Formats: sequence, structure tokens, C-alpha cells
Amino acid sequence: MSAKDSGGAARGGRREGGSGRSGRSGGRGVVAELDWASKSFGKVKAVSELDFEMRAGEVVALLGPNGAGKTTTVRLLMGLIRPSAGSARLFGMDPARTEARMRVGAMLQVSKVPETLKVREHIELFSSYYPHPLPMAEVVEAAGLGGLEGRLFGKLSGGQRQRVLFALALCGDPDLLFLDEPSAGLDVESRRSLWERIGARKRAGGTVLLTTHNLEEADFLADRIVLLDRGHVLAEGSPDQIKARVAGRTVRCRTSLAAAELERLPGVRAVRRDGDLVELFAAEPERLVAALLAADPALFGLEVRGAGLEEAFLALTCGLAPAGHRQAVDANDQQAIDALDKEVA
Amino acid sequence: MNTLATKADPSPTKAATTATTATTAATTAATATPPRRRSLARIYWLEAKAEALKAMRLPAFVLPLFAFPVMFYLLFGIAMQYGAFGGVSMAEYMLATYGAFGVMNAALFGFGAGVAGERGQGWLLLKRATPMPPLALFVGKLAMSLLFSAGVIALLFALGLGPGHVRAPAATLAELAAVLVAGALPFAAMGLAIGYWAGPNSAPVLCNLLSLPIAFASGLWIPYPLLPAFLRQIAHGLPAYHYAQLALGVIGAGNHEPAVWSLLYLVGFTAVMLLLARLGYLRDEGRTYG
Repeated sequence: MSAKDSGGAARGGRREGGSGRSGRSGGRGVVAELDWASKSFGKVKAVSELDFEMRAGEVVALLGPNGAGKTTTVRLLMGLIRPSAGSARLFGMDPARTEARMRVGAMLQVSKVPETLKVREHIELFSSYYPHPLPMAEVVEAAGLGGLEGRLFGKLSGGQRQRVLFALALCGDPDLLFLDEPSAGLDVESRRSLWERIGARKRAGGTVLLTTHNLEEADFLADRIVLLDRGHVLAEGSPDQIKARVAGRTVRCRTSLAAAELERLPGVRAVRRDGDLVELFAAEPERLVAALLAADPALFGLEVRGAGLEEAFLALTCGLAPAGHRQAVDANDQQAIDALDKEVA
Repeated sequence: MNTLATKADPSPTKAATTATTATTAATTAATATPPRRRSLARIYWLEAKAEALKAMRLPAFVLPLFAFPVMFYLLFGIAMQYGAFGGVSMAEYMLATYGAFGVMNAALFGFGAGVAGERGQGWLLLKRATPMPPLALFVGKLAMSLLFSAGVIALLFALGLGPGHVRAPAATLAELAAVLVAGALPFAAMGLAIGYWAGPNSAPVLCNLLSLPIAFASGLWIPYPLLPAFLRQIAHGLPAYHYAQLALGVIGAGNHEPAVWSLLYLVGFTAVMLLLARLGYLRDEGRTYG
């Protein structure tokens, strides 16, 4: 889906008689692909008709709030779960095949790792699974674990533990690295340290798919960002393109104007309303403010400020949701935004 | 608030230090390396080693495993002098039954609590994401269970032959030890089933709730002939009873039922447990973690 400019295309273009499925099976350099893949858990649709492709040498970030379907996407691509519809392929084969797994390394969200094994023992065991593992010294160096080889996992700090998981992902010298929320729960310093390790892998030509709900992380590490929300692709592009799409200002005020009127004002991309308190997201706030004052001379509490990731998400989500669903979308978004707020702060 | 534009500053020094690694990685990835076979034997060996080390360094696992059979055997088998029982000394009789108790627990807890814990924490999912041969995990855990079983048996035999004054031909003792250690298999299968169906917190509790009554009703603590009649009825349906009878049969102190029936029972039990474990594993596959 690399050429499609937004989720609109992904959602709008329905499968036509399955021709999309066979027509594009593993082009040159494609290492991983999802072909209109959906996955439901009971009634919850975690991922919905996702069409996604990764090429060798690319670093792609799946960005989105909690519950966006990032982890499900990774697990589909890794063959850890089967799609309910559509298909997933790794290196042109079934991702669950051992041959595919030999070319993949993964850092998944693991709540607990056996604590009574030493760092060296963990790496040695995982290395043995692969036909061409990296030498131990190289893994230790690349993951920044020098001097910790003899330490029990349980005696490591949070950042060190995460780097061990990174080492386990790396030790088989994989052609494709999956990093699911690699920096979740880390302090700023450990996060930077891990970013440098991932960055080194990227400079070495490694192919990486990472998930994050931190735009800064996606911006720093990725060549391409895929913005996910509730199982759908909202937008896709280079970090600059994504930032341009979400650039803008938030205009806040208290007004009696109806939502429908507010939406018609020039340059409004999204409206969020709480009683008479209104938040408008717009690319050019100057024209909007002029029109706003003209429409409601009695408005007060006017405020213009820079838009963060939460406004960006709101704008993108509202831009795509059918009008009737907008209310629900807003309510849903608030949870995502709260999560994001914490992350950004 | 506005973090859209801030970009982390890539540190050039760090980049330089990792450059060597980077180039090597790139070369390895780029050149089409001839397919080299990994050594399955080495994977199984490392897996078993990791399991053993992991458990050995966990006092909460190791201590009760050794302490309970040893304590019970010292108290009931050696300290209290009952004289002969079933044609052998009580110390010899209980060497078989407490040996069975020790092995059953080693296998049941090693698998049950171990698998449930690692599964619930997402660790098994990470291992499943690697090209690890699927059997490696079970081979490793089984080797660990057999190792710990052998450890418990060795300790009990030392007590039996020392302060317990057990006297039997070396061949008989060797056969008894072999039967006892082999008994880890059906209970490892049972632990595996528990591990795939129970949660990480409930699995150890479930293992206890099952192992204690089963051990008692099978005559592992108090010799079968001394059990109340209704328990003796139940015993015939329990795996630990058949296991203990096989062990007692070696020293001629069992109920003199055909060993082949007990053996068949245990083979069937193992098969059913493996099937249950397989169903639990399949159920797991369609589910998310955390």
C-alpha cells in the first residue's frame, strides 16, 4: 500500500473478486505483506482489511494509540495468529513456517522473562535456534550489554532488560526485525539508549517494523509511518508527510454556535465540543479566527495554540469517519488521547 | 505539548562505536550465505541446560521438591519402627512410595507451574516467534524433570541405604530407581495439560490441590493396605496408585496385580493428558496475550 496516500484509499477500495490477493503476491524486495487481512477476537475487530507491504531496507513505524491494532498487525505478520480473512506473508511464504522464522527476530511485549538465567545463557539459547547467529560478542556489543553477560536477568534494570530482549531479537542476524513497543515503560535515558541501538541496525541496512504510540519515536527511527486507529490505516507516509498532515493550530473558545456551523468555517479540520467550550483544529488559524468572530461576536475565551499529536489524531479520525459516527469517534478518541497525553508528557 | 517537531539528536559517538557491528551485520545479510544447518542436538542440550539452571536457581521450586519427600521419608519410613511390611521393611516399602511422591511432584510442578507461568507472561509466545523446534521446549523441560527426579531418588536412596538399613540386591535397587525416575513421564504430561489450561497464578495451586489428595489416596504417604476401604476403591482409578504399584512390584511388596495393566493405564493416562495439553495449546493460538 506504499503508494496510497491515505487510509481513505485503503478503506474505500474493496476487494474485487479477490483479484488483489493474487495479483500482487510478493513483488521484488517485498519482505512482509498483509493482503486485506482482518482479525477478530470474538466480537472485537482488532484489525480490519489491512493492506500493507514492507520492502527490504525499510524502517516502518506502526503508530497509533492503545487498541489501534498495532500488536495484532505484528502478530499476523509473524504468523503467531491467523487472519480471520485475507492473508499474511513473510518472504513470500507462510509466516508460521520455520524457514520464515529463521529470517526474523522479534522483540515482543513480554511481561516477565525467566529471571534466574544469566544474560549470556539467554543469548546462547536463542542463538542456537538460528542457522547463522551473530557471534555472542557482537550481539552483546550491539545491544549495549557489555559487562552484564554474567548477570542474572532478574538483577537487571528496566532499560537493561529491554536491551536483553533486543539482543534476543538480534542474535539470529535476522533479515527482518519486529519491535513491538520497544521502549514501553522506559525512562527517557534508557529510551534514547535503545533508540541508538535500533538506529545502528537501521544504518546497517536492517529492515525493521516497529510499533509505538510515541510520534517522536516513530519520527526518529522510521522512514515511513503508518498511522493506525481502531484497526484501520488512517494515513501513511514519511515522517515529514505525516507531520505536515497533522500540522496546524488548535483554536479554543466559548461560543453558542452549533457544531454544524462550526464545521462550515474556513479551514476547520475537526471540531471537539464540550458544552459551550469548543476546540477547532485548523491548518490556518488566522482566517478561521476572523470568520469565527464574524459569526459569533459574543464569543469569549479565545485561545490559539500549537496542535499536538492528540489534535492530529482527532483531525485525521474525524476527517474519515462518516458524519453519523462522529460522536462515537470523539468519545473513543478521548481515551486514546488520554493515553497519548501521558506518553507525550 | 507540541512534540511534533522535536527530533532526537543522533549521537555520532555511539554511531561510531556500533559501526563495526553494523558493517558486519550488513555483509552477512547481503551475501547469500549457503544454507547451514543448525544443530538440533545442541538446541535440545541448551534448552535442557537452561531449564535445569533456571529451576536450580529458584529456591521456591527446589526446596519443597526435595524437603517434603525427604522429611516424610525420614519421619514415617525411618524414624518410626514398624518392622516389616508387605514382606519388606517399612524403610524399603516407603523408599518406593515416597520416591514416587517426590518424582510426581517434580514433574507435575516443573511442567504445570513452569509452563503456565511462562505462557501467561508472554514468554512462550516470544519463543514461539523464534525458529525454535516446537519439541525443544518440552524436551528441555522433560530433561529438567528427569534430572530433578533423579536427584530426589538419589537422596532418598542414600537415606534408605544409610540410616534406613535397606538391604536389597544392587540389580533390584537399580530397577527400582529406574522405574521411579521413569514415572516422571505421565506426571510431566499431566503438568503440561495443567500448564496449558490454568493461569500463571492458579497453576501452582491447582498442582497442589491435585497432587496432595492423589498422593494420599494412592498410598504414597500411608501404605495402601492401611488406607480406609473407600480410598482403596478410589486408588485403582488414580495414576499415582499404578505408578506406586509398579515401583513396589520391583521389590515384591505390591498388591501383586499384573504390572502390564498398571503400565497400560499409565500409557493411556499419558496419552489423554498430552491430548488435553494439545487442545490447550491450540486454544492458546487463537488468543491474544496481555
